[in-house]
Amino acid sequence: MDEYQVIESKSPVFYDKYVRKSELQHQTHYCPGCGHGVVHKLIAEAIADLGVQDRAILVTPVGCSVFAYYYFDMGNVQAAHGRAPAVATAVKRSNPESIVIGYQGDGDLAAIGTAEIVHAANRGEKITIFFVNNAIYGMTGGQMAPTTLIGQYSTTSPWGRRPSNEGYPLRMAELLATLEAPVYIERVALCDNKNIMKTRKAVRKALELQRDGAGFSFIEILSPCPTIWKMTPQESRKWIEEKMLAVFPLGVFRDRKLAPMADAVPQTSVTKLLGLDKPQEVVTRPMAVKDSQPDLTVKIAGFGGQGVLLLGQILAEMGMREGREVSWLPSYGPEMRSGSAHCHVCLSHERVGSPVIEHPDVLIAMNEPSLHKFSKMVEAHGTILYNSDKLPAGLPPCEAKIYCVPALEIADGLGTTKATNMVMLGALLELTHTLPRETALALLKAKVRNVKLLDVDCQAIDAGMACLRKQLGPATDAHAHDGELAPCS
Amino acid sequence: MRQLCKGNVAIVKGALLAGCRSYYGYPITPASEIAEAAAEYMPQVGGTFLQAESEVAAINMVYGAASAGLRVMTASSGPGISLMQEGISYLAGSELPCVIVDVVRGGPGLGNIAPEQSDYFAIVKGGGHGNYKNLVVAPASVQEMADLTRLAFELADRYRNPAVVLTDGFIGQMMEPLELQAVESVQPEKPWAVKGTRETRKNLIASIYLEPDELEAHVRKLEDKYKKAAEVESRHELYRADDPEVLLVGYGITSRVLRTVVDLMRKEGVRAGLFRPITLWPFPAEALRHAARRAQMVLVVEMSTGQMVEDVRLALDGRVDVEFYGRTGGNVPMADEVCKELTERMGMTAEWGV
Repeated sequence: MDEYQVIESKSPVFYDKYVRKSELQHQTHYCPGCGHGVVHKLIAEAIADLGVQDRAILVTPVGCSVFAYYYFDMGNVQAAHGRAPAVATAVKRSNPESIVIGYQGDGDLAAIGTAEIVHAANRGEKITIFFVNNAIYGMTGGQMAPTTLIGQYSTTSPWGRRPSNEGYPLRMAELLATLEAPVYIERVALCDNKNIMKTRKAVRKALELQRDGAGFSFIEILSPCPTIWKMTPQESRKWIEEKMLAVFPLGVFRDRKLAPMADAVPQTSVTKLLGLDKPQEVVTRPMAVKDSQPDLTVKIAGFGGQGVLLLGQILAEMGMREGREVSWLPSYGPEMRSGSAHCHVCLSHERVGSPVIEHPDVLIAMNEPSLHKFSKMVEAHGTILYNSDKLPAGLPPCEAKIYCVPALEIADGLGTTKATNMVMLGALLELTHTLPRETALALLKAKVRNVKLLDVDCQAIDAGMACLRKQLGPATDAHAHDGELAPCS
Repeated sequence: MRQLCKGNVAIVKGALLAGCRSYYGYPITPASEIAEAAAEYMPQVGGTFLQAESEVAAINMVYGAASAGLRVMTASSGPGISLMQEGISYLAGSELPCVIVDVVRGGPGLGNIAPEQSDYFAIVKGGGHGNYKNLVVAPASVQEMADLTRLAFELADRYRNPAVVLTDGFIGQMMEPLELQAVESVQPEKPWAVKGTRETRKNLIASIYLEPDELEAHVRKLEDKYKKAAEVESRHELYRADDPEVLLVGYGITSRVLRTVVDLMRKEGVRAGLFRPITLWPFPAEALRHAARRAQMVLVVEMSTGQMVEDVRLALDGRVDVEFYGRTGGNVPMADEVCKELTERMGMTAEWGV
């Protein structure tokens, strides 16, 4: 017999020698007659012709083509089973100039990875997916694939695929063609030379589109698996033509251009974004200068929508600006109005231990259920501020002192019940003198952009203070305000 | 400048200062504010935020971005973390650095959205398949949410391995003052990354080693890396722990309760001290042995049925009595409650709480 003669050289996109393979480094691991070799060759050829080898990155799947990185001399990333489109998404977004190719089989793409392919396609990721459909699981030894034909035998459909048990073959090209974003979807087949040439064209077109930044492209390739199908290479090509084409018709399912999008986000710097470029808006008491007021713990409770959490945040922020260590801990849960909401605020001179307050110094009860639920938890020397003009009947005795502040009515009188929480804040400031009214006003000024609402908020604070001052009786302590309050704006 | 900030948001701020510009995630309570903050911030500074179709996709997107050599992160909570475990194993096997945040909620199953510390085993002991470790940091304040996220990025790059910020619903949801320095991290070169360039064309990111000897060599290489990290990367904090007769051990939110417990016990004349692991892996075993050397009792408190306590017992190896107290379901142990437990176990009688 004559010496074996090489009549055509290999694409430069393949390695000369497959050193990542442990043995037989001059040949692939694919079986004789397998379609992967053909598809590999067509991809390599297109990459070389388009001159994008350095920019090309191949994301390989789990399945027979898991080892495609043995052969392709390009950046290689091996992905978990079914996840190549997710991996390729981030590879492309991280390297926008690269040409990212996802290479997947039918089990990988159409079974375990169905979600990933649909969503990558739907986002219009600027990647190309080559989907090699041979209607069977090859690497694991011939189990049923989502594309296995009705009646086709496999080790896990030993009576032939039965629609009553396993459903029908999944047509991925058609399925993806229902989506808005993909620019190019075609199904081709490796059943004869004419169709291989069509495949060659489709592969090239998909990669050209990616090179031009067009969008998501998807080529489904019906491919022979002679070993598992238990056929000769010739028989298996014939089987594609006779059996598979009837279920998976060939053709272009999508070929269009997308209009350019004008949805860019305005840019800034991290320093600006995090507010690290400007000084604090409100004058702060330096941490080193401690005020003489004792630590304070406050629990605020009510319905969602009453401004419970916001009141706590304002209190915490006031404390921070006054040089205190502070913590604010919310109840959190399904976002809904009218559910119960509460939060804990600690204002301390030392590092705050547990942010969960067992026995608050002050409870602000914005509604009756909160008063019933939490009144007994308040410290014996503590205080309860209750949002009503009178106590409800049937309240169990508690040691804490209770003041009724009809905050809702007061706020309503000022023009908006939204300021109810600010009336309570005023009452709290009057009660404790832990934090100065001026800090509250300055903070609101910095936070509330609506001038009208700001005015109402400030009036609400003063009204809350006045309401409690009346109940506390004549000023007995040094912190009490004398005469008129300074205007808030 | 000090700003009042939510723990979950502080994580993203720390990540930005660490040079992270890539976030791939999926919403879940109580971690969603991390995704929301990333969605707001990342695109404004030339970064990427993408809400994936699932946690499975999200962690594999993290894998893709890490392959490109970018600092990348994701965040989730219990159920979502369970879905990510396969991807985390791939990341460790492929030696890809990234940061994963687990804002732990109540489990198992759907459980609830209240805080727990019941993901310790899943995160610290692996969780996914194969011989690997996560580098794990456990913040106890909003400030640490930012600072330890930054550290997590550095550790991840140093060891080419996933790093996890293990926190809980309370630290994630609470607000505290946060102080940030306007200095961004310097990132190391990553010559191994796949970037779609001539220089990186030869690179391969994979965790597959078909030959048993090759895989064993790879696993040994990882093992050596972990040994090195174990020697130098453990971190902890002590509080009034010079001479403790009782050493309390807790991390995250629990450590803050225990700080209060230490003060209360000291007032009662009990020499209590606190040992707080800041890294859960590597576990600060040596430092713990030192701190507990004169203790008559160690009490581990967790919001679980007892997970970290196993590492405490391994570290102390029977030298001292290790007691455990745990709460679950989203119940955070109160200081009074722990004091009562402690005094009972010490054979003392004292009145705690109301």
